Amino acid sequence: MASRAEVTLPAGRIGVVRRAAGTIAVVGNPNCGKSSLFNHLTGMSQRTANYPGVTVERRMGRATVGETAVDLIDLPGTYSLSPGSMDERIAVGVLFGRVPGTPKPDAILAVVDSTRLYQGLFLVQQLVELGRPVVIALTMSDAAERDGLKIDIPRLAHLLGDVPVFPVVATTGRGVKKLAESFAGLLDTKPPGSISAWPELQRAVDELEPMLGPKAAGFERAEIERFIVEGETVPETFSAPVLPPEAEAPLESVRERLFGDEPPFAVEARQRYRWAREVLAEVQTTSSVVSRRSAALIHWINQPWPSTVLFVLTMAVVFQAVFAWATPFMDLIDAGMGAAGAATAAILPDGLLASFVADGIIAGVGSVIIFLPQILILFLFIILMEDTGYLARAAFLVDRAMRSIGLSGQSVIPLLSSFACAVPSIMATRVIPNRRDRIATIMASPFMTCSARLPVYALLIAAFVPSREFLIFNLQGAVLFGLYVIGIVGGVATALVLKHSALRGAAPPFILALPEFRLPNLRTVALKLLDRVRIFLRRAGTVIFVVAVIVWALAYFPRSDAVEADRVAARAQAAVTLEGAELETAFETIDNEAAAAHLAQSWLGRAGQWVEPVFEPLGWDWRVSAAVIAGFPAREVVVAVLGTIYAVGGEADEASLAERLTSATWPDGRTVFTLPMVLGLLVFYAWCLQCAATLAVIRRETNSWRWPVFAWAYMTVLGYTAALLIYQIGSA
Amino acid sequence: MRIDAVDSSDPVVQRLMVLGLVEQAEISFLRASHGGDPLEFRIFGTAISLRRDHASRFAVSRLATDGEPR
Repeated sequence: MASRAEVTLPAGRIGVVRRAAGTIAVVGNPNCGKSSLFNHLTGMSQRTANYPGVTVERRMGRATVGETAVDLIDLPGTYSLSPGSMDERIAVGVLFGRVPGTPKPDAILAVVDSTRLYQGLFLVQQLVELGRPVVIALTMSDAAERDGLKIDIPRLAHLLGDVPVFPVVATTGRGVKKLAESFAGLLDTKPPGSISAWPELQRAVDELEPMLGPKAAGFERAEIERFIVEGETVPETFSAPVLPPEAEAPLESVRERLFGDEPPFAVEARQRYRWAREVLAEVQTTSSVVSRRSAALIHWINQPWPSTVLFVLTMAVVFQAVFAWATPFMDLIDAGMGAAGAATAAILPDGLLASFVADGIIAGVGSVIIFLPQILILFLFIILMEDTGYLARAAFLVDRAMRSIGLSGQSVIPLLSSFACAVPSIMATRVIPNRRDRIATIMASPFMTCSARLPVYALLIAAFVPSREFLIFNLQGAVLFGLYVIGIVGGVATALVLKHSALRGAAPPFILALPEFRLPNLRTVALKLLDRVRIFLRRAGTVIFVVAVIVWALAYFPRSDAVEADRVAARAQAAVTLEGAELETAFETIDNEAAAAHLAQSWLGRAGQWVEPVFEPLGWDWRVSAAVIAGFPAREVVVAVLGTIYAVGGEADEASLAERLTSATWPDGRTVFTLPMVLGLLVFYAWCLQCAATLAVIRRETNSWRWPVFAWAYMTVLGYTAALLIYQIGSA
Repeated sequence: MRIDAVDSSDPVVQRLMVLGLVEQAEISFLRASHGGDPLEFRIFGTAISLRRDHASRFAVSRLATDGEPR
């Protein structure tokens, strides 16, 4: 059996690059343990990319057994070969070899959850009918034993057309070696014999084969089956031949005969599940269910109220973790970047290069990796919730409440986590299967008050909102709370409006298989986590870094020699009259003023002056405008820019900056920071999308520039309008 | 309980049939979420969550074994 591999890959000729003997597609229902099995088979050799044009992930890896190597393609989980979602469309397209850039699989590894054999058998029938060699991995064989399920494996193998069946435990790896050893021979085996699940369909295919078959129009039998059931051609994105026009009439008459007035999917389901029930009755025996204490506990905890308490507790822990546990790491990164910047300044002479390395490169890298603690922590929780099966439970619990705001149960975790940071939360929207719901959630996420808004809020509230007590409420606290509410209102309203306009459509089916509780596999969790980080660094990280460097350049160029000459002269003069600590203070003041003057005549400062007319109706002078522009790539830099622009230094403490802001005036002497102006500015911050990282991630997750551009323009207009109204009405 | 008839006109119901909710299949009701929606059923070892309006497309009859655990 394994002879072919030995012949084509003699030991002496195996060089650095070993060619794979063939490609095997790994197919199975969602949550059947397919990914764990894939991880076990391929280990670190796997790589993840995206299928061209869609956000569906493409995972490939190599399994090496003895001297044979085979490439495995892990397909998205699917219940049938009738594509309902984008994931399923891709799975089907790959199986038929219609997805550009992905080889057509030579054989199929069908992964079937032994505790859910019923649904597995539906897909297996369709896979066997592909007419390619098939091997079946029966996963969760330990859980089946525990539940008192006995499966007659030889009988099952026979009923499926004599395909090899291997019981495995994907999480521990039991039985995986034997399965892998079958791969070499698999590529040489004959396709399984036909199974008589639905003979009428097979006869219909026989009829159409002369017109559509491989020799005529280039379709395989299984593909002709899909034509009959679905009555439509494969999507244009796939490289498939077109249906010849002369085949249309015979196809219609076959469909008419098979289905009559009934929906074809319904007929197919009835036919195939009737067969599945017959097989199940023959191969599966259930011993009287042992009443286990853990099963009783799980049943109780899934009741609405205990489940609600558990949900609130879980969310509190996740929220706390993303917010608080990440902080020390973020501070550490911040400090590390600061130290690296200072070290550069010490080594390199003052000037362009030092500023480029310290404020451009190092700060740019810092602005990317600062997100990693939050991403790692949030995704650790999400992956754990996914792999234990809890995510589906949580969605079940809150579905009704989330539907009232136009979203679905699966949106709850991404939305809650966006209170910490929208970047990991938008990445987490992958758990939402419905595309419209997913986009609506992505659009609502940036409205939630993220941790980067807090420094701006804290500065402005502390400086301009009087700390007055009303009963038990402090006015400052109430304003902060109000800003959170404004964010939530903006997000919910956006989701509702979108779901009633651009994202209108039939209510998503919410077909949700609720997986049994199970312990996660640490290896799988670690691999998934690593994957998220890699994707973030590669896809979003580059954009964030480039934007950070651009902002540095805008704030640095053009350099004014006059300002620099003034600074040198002022320092020299100070050195004559002052000494000791006084001199240090004077130097600092001179440097801060020079930095402010540099910034004022930089492109950024000029942009602030240039757009001042646009923002003047909001009560902002050019300094505030420049700080806001600088904050578009990352809102948290606003505090530092205000510090520089008001000549108290970028690292100034909040109190001295607040004091300086309070005394800022327009050229005619009016105060800049009036209460209506500050309130408007706060609401602007609550609603405006000032975060390049969020835009980069929206781009990456929606796979188009349309949504990030829309989100940015929409939120900017919304923030501007709100600030305008508040200032104008408040100042009237 | 056992499914006796399915109103299969709705595409969502057709998707549910692909999950095995077809005539003659035995299912059991497990629980409802807050406010009675969505509902959770078990079909041959798989727990499936359905919204109430979709569940109403399935006509079921009681079996003697109903009410037993699982």
